[in-house]
Amino acid sequence: MMQTTDAAPAMEAAVPATPGPLLDIEALSKSFGGVRALNDVSFCLGRGEILGLIGPNGSGKTTSFNVLTGLYRPDGGKVLFDGGNITGNAPQAVYRAGIARTFQRSRLCLELSIFDNIMVGNHARLNQGLIFNLFNRKAFRLEVESALEEATALAASFSPFLAERMFAPVGALPMIERRRIEICRALISRPKLLLLDEPSAGMTHEETHQLMDDILAVRDRQGGLSIIIIEHEMGVIERVSDSCVVLNYGEKIAEGSYQDVASDRQVQEAYLGSA
Amino acid sequence: MRAFILRLPPLAAAALAFGLGLVYAVVFMEQESDVAVISLVAFAAVAAFAAGRIGLIRRASLAAGTHPGAVAAMGGCMALALIAVFAEDHFPLLMLATVMLYATAALGLNVQFGYTGVVNFAGAAFFGIGAYTSAELIGKSVLPPVLVLPLGGLIAAVIGLVLVFPVVRTRGHYAAVVTIAFSVLFKTFLEVNDTLGGPQGQSVGPVTLPGWSFADGPVVFGVETSFYLNYALAALLVLGLAFVMVRRLERSWIGLALDAVRLDETASACYGIPIRRAKILAFVAGNLIIGVAGALYGSMLGYVAPTSFTFSDSLILVAIVLLGGMGSPWGTILAAAIVVILPEKLQAIQEYRFLLFSVVVMAILLFRPEGLLPRAVRRYLPVPQNEEAA
Ligand SMILES: Nc1ncnc2c1ncn2[C@@H]1O[C@H](COP(=O)(O)OP(=O)(O)OP(=O)(O)O)[C@@H](O)[C@H]1O
Ligand SMILES: [Mg+2]
Repeated sequence: MMQTTDAAPAMEAAVPATPGPLLDIEALSKSFGGVRALNDVSFCLGRGEILGLIGPNGSGKTTSFNVLTGLYRPDGGKVLFDGGNITGNAPQAVYRAGIARTFQRSRLCLELSIFDNIMVGNHARLNQGLIFNLFNRKAFRLEVESALEEATALAASFSPFLAERMFAPVGALPMIERRRIEICRALISRPKLLLLDEPSAGMTHEETHQLMDDILAVRDRQGGLSIIIIEHEMGVIERVSDSCVVLNYGEKIAEGSYQDVASDRQVQEAYLGSA
Repeated sequence: MRAFILRLPPLAAAALAFGLGLVYAVVFMEQESDVAVISLVAFAAVAAFAAGRIGLIRRASLAAGTHPGAVAAMGGCMALALIAVFAEDHFPLLMLATVMLYATAALGLNVQFGYTGVVNFAGAAFFGIGAYTSAELIGKSVLPPVLVLPLGGLIAAVIGLVLVFPVVRTRGHYAAVVTIAFSVLFKTFLEVNDTLGGPQGQSVGPVTLPGWSFADGPVVFGVETSFYLNYALAALLVLGLAFVMVRRLERSWIGLALDAVRLDETASACYGIPIRRAKILAFVAGNLIIGVAGALYGSMLGYVAPTSFTFSDSLILVAIVLLGGMGSPWGTILAAAIVVILPEKLQAIQEYRFLLFSVVVMAILLFRPEGLLPRAVRRYLPVPQNEEAA
């Protein structure tokens, strides 16, 4: 059965299974034909930290997420997560290890309801047994009720509007609500690491900061969640990130606190060069 | 009128809809002349449009959300009433049973295609595998015939495994081509295989239960009924079972995973959904349902031949799913009724039915891609009554 109380998973997360960084990326490389989308990129992420991944368009930010989550196989390098080697693992295995992501271009199932979309993210915690689903409808009912309660509460922490219509099809909702649903879908399984790929694309300045506040509030409640965020709005990165990694043409050109990185000459040139 | 409908409790609206449907079906099935049939078809089109305008269909479909069991029972009662009305007549009963078995097969196809997006243009082949299982085993083996029916489904599912690799590995065109090839090969295989009867086919024994043969019509209240009554009732049972199982599948976490796989494989993979396993499950379960329906169909006809299970028949099954609405079990049943009965009643279009269905499918895809009775948003549990208006 699934866990729906806040306490248990939060405690688990607070006591790390293994010491050391949560995520350790070593010399990751990925090419598409002649394009070196990632070239020898290494960085670390501590438990509970927020890392801003920035860089001009086409610098390899999304590719690094795609390699990390198993959508692309790296040409070289290693991904160590939570004490295990997940290099080249299938996306399903990466998800089960505790990594959930959002997509730069929203990838929701538009004809399914808000609840359905959030539940897609909950796959690992829901009983997928054939007998349970088809014949044990009483137990199934209980699981649906508790899952609905949990999903509604999560949605409410982003937008009461969503929580009021959990069975509305997603396709009819405005873009900003869809973004929120995608983040709920990623958070519902209580991952150890959340990968956000431009979560605020298409939002106003206000909305972006509101969204970040909401994410941080959920993070406080769940405890121990680490985040890598790709974001073009530097104000957001400055506010939320503990550290930053800057990519340019697939290479890491700077790393450190936002202040350090922002004053770096190479970084400034990379941004000016692309503008 | 609209105000009256809106005040009607949804269950009463559903009962009204089924009642009107029953009356219409009885009148329709009794017509002989082309003119009468065409007029009734035109009337149905206008009536359905009007029922949509005054909100009857919306109201009735609310009941399917709040009282799914009661609405399913109403559907069953409507079928029983139809069977009772025509209890003595061979032809209408044969037609009703055929509708129900085609609807069952189309429900199986729905699991594959409507939910999971796994295309299968060999539906009629798996239907045929079920029918040939009956032909080979009923009366010719020690197996009791009622066991042959599920066995027909199992054999269809197992033979379907041959296609699992290409169908599951790829999307779209390639899978379509592979299943089309299988459909064509299946018919050729039957034609050249003499032990299965060759091009002429072979006869199939009747289903028997201890002390009860489906070959004879039971005498009910002193009325001698058609032997097809047995088959119509059995077909209703098979359809009912398939309906309940498909509904449960849809309203489960597994059904959600199947939908997610159809709509976005990349996102599904990133959220742990085992894509191949989902597709295999859907393909196997669908073929199982199709095979069981085929097994009963073969025994009912008493005869199987390669020409009954062609690629064109597979297209008809696909047309039923599209016409009814992808993933909509009620729509599937309605579409099966239309697609099976209309050409039987209208001898004039019998010859052109494939052409006609092609046109219908294209029209549906262009103008009403969600089908006649569009699928409702998934509710895992019956909708609370106070929420129904929302
Ligand atoms: N599937 C792919 N096939 C071929 N080339 C790709 C593929 N994915 C990414 N690339 C290329 O790799 C490079 C890095 O792309 P990526 O999407 O990682 O950039 P990004 O940093 O996310 O940019 P943006 O800020 O525009 O989202 C680009 O040159 C892109 O064209
Ligand atoms: Mg990107």
